[in-house]
Amino acid sequence: MLGEGILKGMAETAKNFFGSYFSAERLTTVEYPEQRIAPFEAARVFPFLVFDGADYESGLRCVACQICEKECPPKCIFIEKSKDKKPDALGRLQFYPARFDIDISVCMSCQICVEVCPFEAIKMDTEYELSTYDRFGALLLDRKQLAKSNEYYRQIHPTEAAGVDAKLAAEKVKADAKVKITAEAKTAAIAGAGA
Amino acid sequence: MSQSPFFVNLDQIFVLLRHWLVSFLPAAWQPAAGVLLSVATIVCLFPALFALTTVFERKGLARIQNRLGPNRVGPFGFFQPIADGIKSLTKEDIVPLSADAAVHFLAPVLLVVTVFMGFAVLPMGRNMVLVDMDAGLLFYFAMGTSSELAVFMAGWSSRNKYSLLGAMRAVAQMISYEVPLLLSSVVVVMITGSLSLTKIVEAQNHYTWCLPHWYIFTPWGFAGFLMYAIATTAETNRSPFDLPEGESELVAGYHTEYSGFKFALFFLGEYVAMFSISGLGTTLFLGGWSAPFSFLTWVPSWIWFFSKLMLSIFVFIWMRGTLPRLRQDQLMNFAWKFVLPMCLLNLLVTGLWRFMGDGWLRWVVCSAILLLAYAGLGLGEMRRQRLGKRSYRYAE
Repeated sequence: MLGEGILKGMAETAKNFFGSYFSAERLTTVEYPEQRIAPFEAARVFPFLVFDGADYESGLRCVACQICEKECPPKCIFIEKSKDKKPDALGRLQFYPARFDIDISVCMSCQICVEVCPFEAIKMDTEYELSTYDRFGALLLDRKQLAKSNEYYRQIHPTEAAGVDAKLAAEKVKADAKVKITAEAKTAAIAGAGA
Repeated sequence: MSQSPFFVNLDQIFVLLRHWLVSFLPAAWQPAAGVLLSVATIVCLFPALFALTTVFERKGLARIQNRLGPNRVGPFGFFQPIADGIKSLTKEDIVPLSADAAVHFLAPVLLVVTVFMGFAVLPMGRNMVLVDMDAGLLFYFAMGTSSELAVFMAGWSSRNKYSLLGAMRAVAQMISYEVPLLLSSVVVVMITGSLSLTKIVEAQNHYTWCLPHWYIFTPWGFAGFLMYAIATTAETNRSPFDLPEGESELVAGYHTEYSGFKFALFFLGEYVAMFSISGLGTTLFLGGWSAPFSFLTWVPSWIWFFSKLMLSIFVFIWMRGTLPRLRQDQLMNFAWKFVLPMCLLNLLVTGLWRFMGDGWLRWVVCSAILLLAYAGLGLGEMRRQRLGKRSYRYAE
């Protein structure tokens, strides 16, 4: 009969209308500033630089190889290589970024910098409340603003960070073994030369 | 039934208030001042009601969709219209360079003026009518029809394809539904024998036992009311007949090129038109300001009028929350193949009702004719078309 569907539909909307006052599970709205949902583990917003230890200046994993700068599709990364070298976590002397800027007003959150980084130095952040009154200066993040500790990384991406930590630990073991072997060879050579 | 003077006074409070205020003026000024006072009341009251309705509509629609709705400005979001009003007043008023500036300016003004003119003849309570015109219904429809002109002026003067398309849709729709609107109201005139809206209300203000003689409680009145409701929904461009401003295809239809307060005026005009046409529907079919039961006649008449009006508005909102927008061809089919034949048949049925005299026979005959026609037209003209699987010639 004509109009049957309309009546059915109106019954349905009436059910929604009154139901939303009685059952809380109908209302899926999260009233954002007061209520929040924890970000998903795989969420990604803008990149940040990981550092080990307590001090970001000495602990940055970045060695200023500039691969990310070259790969970045919108060219939002700017890196200035240092003149001198500093020992990294494995004890090897490495360059470090004297300047590392990311313009997050240009960044498109593609994660390519993270994919290409051989040093696990750049990762994606989940922080999204970044609005500001200064759209030029305040959106250009420098080394200090970008640096975040490995503990923070473990906290926001636990699974991913565990994998990264395991990989770095394995590398360290390998590097230590190599150092040991070379040291032994060296002592042996010295001993041999002495004999 | 004798009533206590308190309730009689409460019923007439606005009339008495006006008399009291006007009595301070010299006798020569009194008629004009009285009219001005009433006009000012109407012009203030309905925008206030409009502000309230926008909040209720947004909250109601939200609840229908299991959302919360506006709840930020003031307690439960009830100061939202104030924020909206300030916003629309501070916005830049943009007139397109190639627009016809004069017509572009006049369109919203004309809309609001004609819409408010309709209230002149609506009886909003006992003795509460601005102009008790003998041909009130005719005047009302004359004013109501002029709003189409405003819509077309807006669309035409904007020089914008979306505006023009919206205006053309609006005119096609409003003219198509103007016919059923008038025909569905004519039945009331046939029975009452008068175009005066006060007389129409008085004719319905009788009771058998405790039930009122509203026209909706007769077969022809019920059918007429349904047709009237459909036609008014289309006339006021409300969903599901909101094609003239269908935002998914026409940006905003005829008011695409309006911003700031002119847009607010269109918005106001649309809602006030909804109030006014609901008020007329109330007057014609729902007994105007008369009480729904004889033992409730002590409640002031204006309370009944406005409760019925707000109830109609609620149904409008409910429909909007339920139905998707029609397609243009569905809209036209519905008007010309279903609503119009039903209205014409209803004229015949009303004639039968009028001349069959009292008794149960006319109830049976009139109801049977209308029900059969409804079922027949619904099955015949409005059946779902089975078009088969859609085939694409090029996009395979």
